[in-house]
Amino acid sequence: MYQYDKYDQAMVDARVAEFRDQTERRLNGQLTEAQFRPLRLMNGLYLQLHAYMLRVAVPYGTLSARQLRMLAHIARKYDRDYGHFTTRQNIQYNWIKLSDAPDILADLASVEMHAIQTSGNCIRNISSDQYAGVAADEVADPRPLAELLRQWSSFHPEFVALPRKFKIAVIASAEDRAAMRLHDIGIELVNKDGVIGARVFVGGGMGRTPMIAPEVRDFVPFEEVVSYLEACLRVYNRYGRRDNKYKARIKILVHEMGVDEYRRQVEEEFLHLKTLGIDPPIAELERIATYFAPPPYKQGLSDEIDRRDPAFAQWVDQQVAPHKQPGYAIVNISLKPIGGIAGDASSAQMDLIADLAERYSFDELRVTHAQNIVLAHVKKADLPAVWKALAGAGLATANLDLITDIIACPGLDYCSLANARSIPVAQKIAERFADTGRQQDLGELKLKISGCINACGHHHAGHIGILGVDRKGVENYQLLLGGSGAEDVSLGQITGPGFDENGIVDAVEKATQVYLDNREGGERFLDTYRRIGMKPFKDVLYA
Amino acid sequence: MLDFFTTRHDQPASEAPAVTLEAFAGQSNAVAVRIEAGEDARELLPYLDRLQLIEVNFPAFTDGRGYSAARILREQGYDGELRATGAVLVDQIGHMVRCGFDSFGPDQPLDPIALKAALGRFPQRYQKAADAARPIWALRHGSKHG
Repeated sequence: MYQYDKYDQAMVDARVAEFRDQTERRLNGQLTEAQFRPLRLMNGLYLQLHAYMLRVAVPYGTLSARQLRMLAHIARKYDRDYGHFTTRQNIQYNWIKLSDAPDILADLASVEMHAIQTSGNCIRNISSDQYAGVAADEVADPRPLAELLRQWSSFHPEFVALPRKFKIAVIASAEDRAAMRLHDIGIELVNKDGVIGARVFVGGGMGRTPMIAPEVRDFVPFEEVVSYLEACLRVYNRYGRRDNKYKARIKILVHEMGVDEYRRQVEEEFLHLKTLGIDPPIAELERIATYFAPPPYKQGLSDEIDRRDPAFAQWVDQQVAPHKQPGYAIVNISLKPIGGIAGDASSAQMDLIADLAERYSFDELRVTHAQNIVLAHVKKADLPAVWKALAGAGLATANLDLITDIIACPGLDYCSLANARSIPVAQKIAERFADTGRQQDLGELKLKISGCINACGHHHAGHIGILGVDRKGVENYQLLLGGSGAEDVSLGQITGPGFDENGIVDAVEKATQVYLDNREGGERFLDTYRRIGMKPFKDVLYA
Repeated sequence: MLDFFTTRHDQPASEAPAVTLEAFAGQSNAVAVRIEAGEDARELLPYLDRLQLIEVNFPAFTDGRGYSAARILREQGYDGELRATGAVLVDQIGHMVRCGFDSFGPDQPLDPIALKAALGRFPQRYQKAADAARPIWALRHGSKHG
């Protein structure tokens, strides 16, 4: 994985000093809260319902064992002994003291980490495919470009006060594991006549006005990607709406302007920007790419897996994905234990996962946008040992992509924006379907819950989505069907009137029954819904 | 406390009164103009040779349109004084310098100590922008780049 050189280290060290100074000026009254707010947000520090929340960047979701141990240390020392992995592949801590924040940033900088631009109206952490470098179907490794863009976007002077936050994802496979087209900019690396470049989508997003990003350019050569993105951002910075924060994302600009007019303006800026020498040379991308060279895999390993233990075999079937290297496998560690909180991990669990990564997976792990963890290169012969260690720490739940692998936002238990609680609803649904045979019979079924229309729980992209709203002071839950964040991207549709907390759990169960009664062949829930439409579901839900 | 700050050490700040973009369009002899956040800096491109001062107003420190306006003017070769006015805070000035601003007329006076610390903070830069800083990628790959 990428390692800082003296320049990268000097930049994060300078940032720590800067934030220490800004925090001191806030604490001694030189800065008002209004003036301090955008500064702390650019460092990932939010004021939540009960305390400050600190969001730490995990660039494109990749961590080393040493880094994960530091995240565990921060949880122990400054928080309540746990952290929460997010849908942007980051980690956040919910109980931070403002006066501790500069020390936490210094601890992070000591392991080449930071919280730069993890919130605020700027370019956020770049997300990517958790199977990068090991997926058989990728045209190139997306991480070198993601790292190049991390550096380009860090402290970019023109884009520090955008109309709204700005999220970029980079993938390189036809199979989209990163919800690429639901980002402000989605980049898919493609091979055009033997040359790798970027296919660029602009204007996707969830929130209160969900949109799927349209393609704005089918190919940008690597050596012009920075110019092209600056053009995309400049048009947005100049013309994105600033009169209404709910209409300020780039998706609204692209929608109101029309994609053709947006594209025309971007092309005009691009023609000019690419003459200015602002693009790093290919040699820089190549320098970065050397850090992502395949690890020294052992050759000639067996693909045999001893499946005699049925619990182990079930875990393998659910959590282990094929690796491009013979003898190796991709292990998905579920952070969705039944009755737990999606994405939460204790410091002890983080330490254990770090140990496993070091021992069995070339000292590297990834955070997924579905709030799980991946060990990307495990020998098949080591799978029983890994499983055993995970089981001992409550980390061997076998539910990847099943109905209990729920994405849920923190909701009203933590968040000052929320209208309703998400966590208890997720727990109740998980408990309802916990019988493993039952959830496995349902197969792939992505259920996503948001506690308000800002959609941090990605409810629009759930095969089943749940949106918590406030209905005359009472928490109420709307049900959506048919969304997808994958390569078959679509937005879920609301079924009709909402339900109370217990009612929504029943409604989910009824919807799954309609699927079971109607599915044909190997159809997933989503496929059946797409074939039979909303009506059969409504008939049962509102009978 | 500073009511005015400039990085144009070699020349005095322009005292010319800045007129609005609308007034400028009707006057052939004005040498100083002020543009608001919603106005298009490109309207000034035909007149860059005769302008001594362009003021770019920041109506709020969260409104970043002026950063793009500054870069556009510098990219088109404007080398006169480029002044950020309005809601200009210490922690933004480093970014403004990088976008091409070289003088600052803030609404609220600036603390000179905090300003000096902010401007000296970052040893290098990741991007090429409108200032003279060579980006880190150029430093990594030697003189033929950047």
